[in-house]
Amino acid sequence: MKVTVCIGSSCHLKGSRQVVEEFQYLIAENDLKDKVELGGTFCMGNCQKGVCVTVDDKLYSVSPDTAKSFFEENVISKLK
Amino acid sequence: MRKFDTKVQHLKYKVLREVAREAWNGTLTEHVLDIPKTIVPGNVPTMRCCVYKERAILSERVKIAMGGDKSNPNVIEVIEIACDECPMGGYEVTEACRGCLAHRCEDVCRRGAITFDSHQKAHIDKSKCVECGQCAKVCPYSAIMNFKRPCVSSCKVKAISMTETKAACIDNEKCISCGACVYQCPFGAITDKSFILDAIELLKNRDNKVFAVVAPSISSQFTYAKLGQVISGIKALGFHTVVEAALGADMVAYAESGELAEKGFLTSSCCPAFVSYVKSYFPELADNVSQNLSPAATISKYIKEHEPEAKVIFIGPCTAKKMEFQKEEVRPYIDCVITFEELQALFDSRDLEITDMGEDVLDNASYFGRIFARCGGLSDAVAEGLKERGITDFELKPCSCDGIEECRIALLKKSKGVLDANFIEGMACVGGCIGGAGCLTHGEKNKAEVDKYGKEAYEKTITDAIKQLGKIK
Repeated sequence: MKVTVCIGSSCHLKGSRQVVEEFQYLIAENDLKDKVELGGTFCMGNCQKGVCVTVDDKLYSVSPDTAKSFFEENVISKLK
Repeated sequence: MRKFDTKVQHLKYKVLREVAREAWNGTLTEHVLDIPKTIVPGNVPTMRCCVYKERAILSERVKIAMGGDKSNPNVIEVIEIACDECPMGGYEVTEACRGCLAHRCEDVCRRGAITFDSHQKAHIDKSKCVECGQCAKVCPYSAIMNFKRPCVSSCKVKAISMTETKAACIDNEKCISCGACVYQCPFGAITDKSFILDAIELLKNRDNKVFAVVAPSISSQFTYAKLGQVISGIKALGFHTVVEAALGADMVAYAESGELAEKGFLTSSCCPAFVSYVKSYFPELADNVSQNLSPAATISKYIKEHEPEAKVIFIGPCTAKKMEFQKEEVRPYIDCVITFEELQALFDSRDLEITDMGEDVLDNASYFGRIFARCGGLSDAVAEGLKERGITDFELKPCSCDGIEECRIALLKKSKGVLDANFIEGMACVGGCIGGAGCLTHGEKNKAEVDKYGKEAYEKTITDAIKQLGKIK
């Protein structure tokens, strides 16, 4: 599964670093290194929605507060 | 508010703007010969002896705006017919000499080069004079003048000489492409080749995902608008997004502090003119140049590793970057380089009034990455890098060199083993990048603007700025 987080200016100001860190932590904790490829991009063209995240090319909007529940819902649960 | 420091820049800008306008429309080939007349209409000359000479010179400027002489590898070029062949005699006594009794000029001259004629007027014996300038300093009438060409004075690496026809001539072996002469020539006879046509070509193809990597000195530029509006303008030109080269600076500062602690002595690798200066003039120190790519190349490399189809255009204050991006080690990462002057021309060629635009954001780097734009910033960032990496057994002794003349002195001392420093930060332009030849404006307050912008960064430390990059594949 490919998860891409936008680290462009707009998303960065909305907390993309915290989102990346949270995802990274959850990947390690759930031992998903082989199953999830965490990638980055500088802009997905949906700046007003940020932090933009795609999971296998489907676009979502995530914030540092919702990062954990988002990951559980859209990544972990789908891998099981 | 004035957009440029000088009328020479304004003229160059008008040519770039018109060339760009035709290129966007796809009509450059048909209209290229009309551009000089568009800029100088009518029959009254305003710059030279006649409108025909003005237009002839403009034709040369058009050529340079279109990439210049392909057979000349240097990105800095002389427009021979624009060179006014300024006097170049060095120190001379002028009519203002009153034939006084004091003869301070004679007393101060240690070479005995000053003599007096029957009217007590001073003369300089050129065979004895070493151009020290002391006589000019002591004359109470300021009667002794230094007739030196501005291009020659500005070129601290002494790459400019005169041809037989008295026009300026650049020795490509010596030139480091810093652009000092470009900014200083009052006739605009030396200029940097433009790659705007390549930029427009990249932007016109809508299949391209074109990234703008902008230099941190942008914070001191386009002061008539807000930075967010400049970013909106860049995107309106067709760029996919805008990324701070300062993020590359954060990456460089982090890597360079480690490299420095390991090797014990380094010179910086950020300024391409400085790097080429070290390699040409102090080859024995070439191995001490940091192995890091420049910040612009570092972030561009990162972009291309993550989005291989991306195209990168660097936008900055620098003419030497136009030389750097053609180097083998940088070419894969940076596709084109334009200056702030050229960006202004691109805006206006599309009739984009950025002051009417909304404010977009630009925030990727930390305070430390952003202050690379001014002299001393790099040393501060390397000190921070050492601190953040917990390297405590290495004491940083930086030597920040402001302009190529200070670089020369530091490198000379180092090569003789008498420099008490283990890190040479070399900036070819006085003030750092904010003094670059491709800046729209140069001024005292620019340094404060850079610092202010640095403090506005969302990320306060280098580690925070680059942390996420390392976690992403």
